[in-house]
Amino acid sequence: MSMEKNDKSLNELTGSEIFVKSLEMEGVEIMFGIPGGQVLPIFDKLYDSKIRFILTRHEQGAAHMAEGYARATGKVGVCLSTSGPGATNLVTGIANAYMDSIPIVAFTGQVPTHLIGNDAFQEADITGITRPVTKHNYLVKDVKDLARTIREAFYIAKTGRPGPVLVDIPSDVQRAKTEFIWPQEVEIISYKPSYKGHPGQIKKLAQVINESNQPVLYVGGGVVSSNASDELIELATKCNIPVTTTLMALGSFPPENELSLGMLGMHGSAYANKAIQQADLVISLGARFDDRCTGKLSAFAPKAKHIAHVDIDPTSISKNIVADIPVVGDCKLVLQDLLKEVKPKKHTEWLNQIKKLKEEFPLKYSNDDKLRPQFVVEEISRLTRGEAIVVTEVGQHQMWSAQFYKPARARKFISSGGLGTMGFGFPAGIGAKFGKQKEKVIVIAGDGSFQMNIQELATASINKVNVIVCILNNSFLGMVRQWQQLFYNKRYSQVQLCSHSHDPKKCPIPDFVKITQAYGGEGFRVTEKNEVASVLKEAFKIKNKPVVIDFIVEDEENVFPMVPAGASLDEIMINLA
Amino acid sequence: MNERKHTISALVYNKSGVLARISTLFAARGYNIDSLAVGETENPEISRMTIIVRGDEKILEQVEKQLNKLIDVIKVYEYSKTEHIERDLMLIKVSANKNNRSEIIEIVEVFRADIVDFYHDSLIIEITGDEDKLTAFINLLKPYGIKEVVRTGIVAIARGK
Ligand SMILES: Cc1ncc(C[n+]2csc(CCOP(=O)(O)OP(=O)(O)O)c2C)c(N)n1
Repeated sequence: MSMEKNDKSLNELTGSEIFVKSLEMEGVEIMFGIPGGQVLPIFDKLYDSKIRFILTRHEQGAAHMAEGYARATGKVGVCLSTSGPGATNLVTGIANAYMDSIPIVAFTGQVPTHLIGNDAFQEADITGITRPVTKHNYLVKDVKDLARTIREAFYIAKTGRPGPVLVDIPSDVQRAKTEFIWPQEVEIISYKPSYKGHPGQIKKLAQVINESNQPVLYVGGGVVSSNASDELIELATKCNIPVTTTLMALGSFPPENELSLGMLGMHGSAYANKAIQQADLVISLGARFDDRCTGKLSAFAPKAKHIAHVDIDPTSISKNIVADIPVVGDCKLVLQDLLKEVKPKKHTEWLNQIKKLKEEFPLKYSNDDKLRPQFVVEEISRLTRGEAIVVTEVGQHQMWSAQFYKPARARKFISSGGLGTMGFGFPAGIGAKFGKQKEKVIVIAGDGSFQMNIQELATASINKVNVIVCILNNSFLGMVRQWQQLFYNKRYSQVQLCSHSHDPKKCPIPDFVKITQAYGGEGFRVTEKNEVASVLKEAFKIKNKPVVIDFIVEDEENVFPMVPAGASLDEIMINLA
Repeated sequence: MNERKHTISALVYNKSGVLARISTLFAARGYNIDSLAVGETENPEISRMTIIVRGDEKILEQVEKQLNKLIDVIKVYEYSKTEHIERDLMLIKVSANKNNRSEIIEIVEVFRADIVDFYHDSLIIEITGDEDKLTAFINLLKPYGIKEVVRTGIVAIARGK
């Protein structure tokens, strides 16, 4: 009797041991977060684990790092926080991953089960709070469910249309004991994403491609998450179809290829937008017809006889634009099947038309002696040959990065698309670097956005993370200033970050060089155009610490072209005049 | 496009939070629910929700897809294309006195409703039926003074197998 009991309890593990074991089974190498009262048992077990834990300075930073790691590597990013404020601090990061369909799993501690609902100290209903911004979430009330829940969480995060999953674990569940049973298979009968496209639909799509004269491929993040770049390139070059991508998919098609149209939409190239408006066939691959891409919906692609939409998520299809050829499936598999059905085409006339558009409406900016932000991005692109992972913050600098950085491949350009979260870029860059230690990671930031998670300089310094932050410092919340200039009569309301001067000597708040030094990093300031290349080269030599370059750029530069919000893609403004 | 009522039935896991997930979805996407009824099925681990939603075909398509996307939703049916039976149960408290009570009782009998409570100045009537029947019943009782109406919301089931 007593023997039996002993044997059984020998096999039993605490919830926190199960937590760590489960993460090890999932192959988690690294996680990001901050401890607190309701996750002490877990942190005690992590102390002995091989999983690398990165202590951040803010939970928002942890969530963005997990996402940056996921985007750079294609693996699932993991973050962990305590209950209450720790959990609520994760929310922006979770929402960001949700909008951009990035697989992360967020773990939160929770007050003990008997206190749930009592307004206990540091209690927050985090499953309730995150319901609209997670793909799925769980509150684990019984330790027996813990291993299976963690297994499911990772599975749900990375399969189908990827997205964030949150697992809330009360502290008594972390302490309770049970036998550790790791489920070999995940079987959720209500969750069965379809990966293979319907053969009949694929045939139909092939037929309209074969019959079209002016086709355009409109490519989104789904191509990145399904690693379908090679297939995309094969399709585009076989049939000579020009390719425009969303912000999310930059790099999935080589920007130097003559079929590349760059980004479409509000700040996309004029030739991409004009090509869409003239196309007789738009083939959307893993994109969701976001309003920033389509402009006024009723005027989108008016000449298109067919709109085809390939997406793994049926809810994306015909949500904004009705697609007459919907294909539900994984972009990579659908493209592989499609490639067998399409015939090579030259489209000489159409490509000539595109070429003319490119010549007539190039992306440009004034090439004078002033230090223009676009020039800085072009220099970064030139010096790295698009091989660096560029991560951006949100604002004008983000759009200039999208326009002028030429990422050589997918996963070389990382930016907050759907949510547009200032404060995303720097921590996401740190996360990306942890995932891709051998690659150069450059964060292109605005002086506003960088200050939203500037505290992570400590995380980068202490962990010897070499991320190069290039601040395109205009002393403004530039993107908002641009809208106020264009649509609110230049009434600059709360957009000046320096109250009286753009000159860093007169308004050093903060002095980005000094603050970086104070955090243990290396800081530079660039005020002249002719210093850009040399300082970048010097900065690229630095190892094992964060580097910040404060580029004092033209302060009232605007992002063009621009399709005003709600206008059709035809109403693109090429410049101010 | 044509706004109309759609009867949607969803099989969902009988877990805490599922109802919240569905109502969050409807609220977040701005869909209008006329009624929502939930109850266990023959399998206690699975519940059936009957949701009456208003909107055009495009909204209906999105509602169905979005529901299917929720991990805890097992299956979604839309009943307009299938023959089905709908029922709503209503309790209605109506003013009644010596003079008009027998008139009301007559209406109740015609509608095959039941009087479930009898008070000196009011009656409580229980009635089951589809939308049209219940609306007609309410209209007939209005002149007497309706004090309170409580409804379960529509539940639906397909005919045959
Ligand atoms: C968290 C958050 N708050 C507010 C905004 C609104 N917003 C969009 S762009 C922008 C200005 C960004 O300024 P900065 O980072 O300096 O970049 P710039 O536009 O000057 O390049 C603001 C405030 C946002 N996107 N995110």
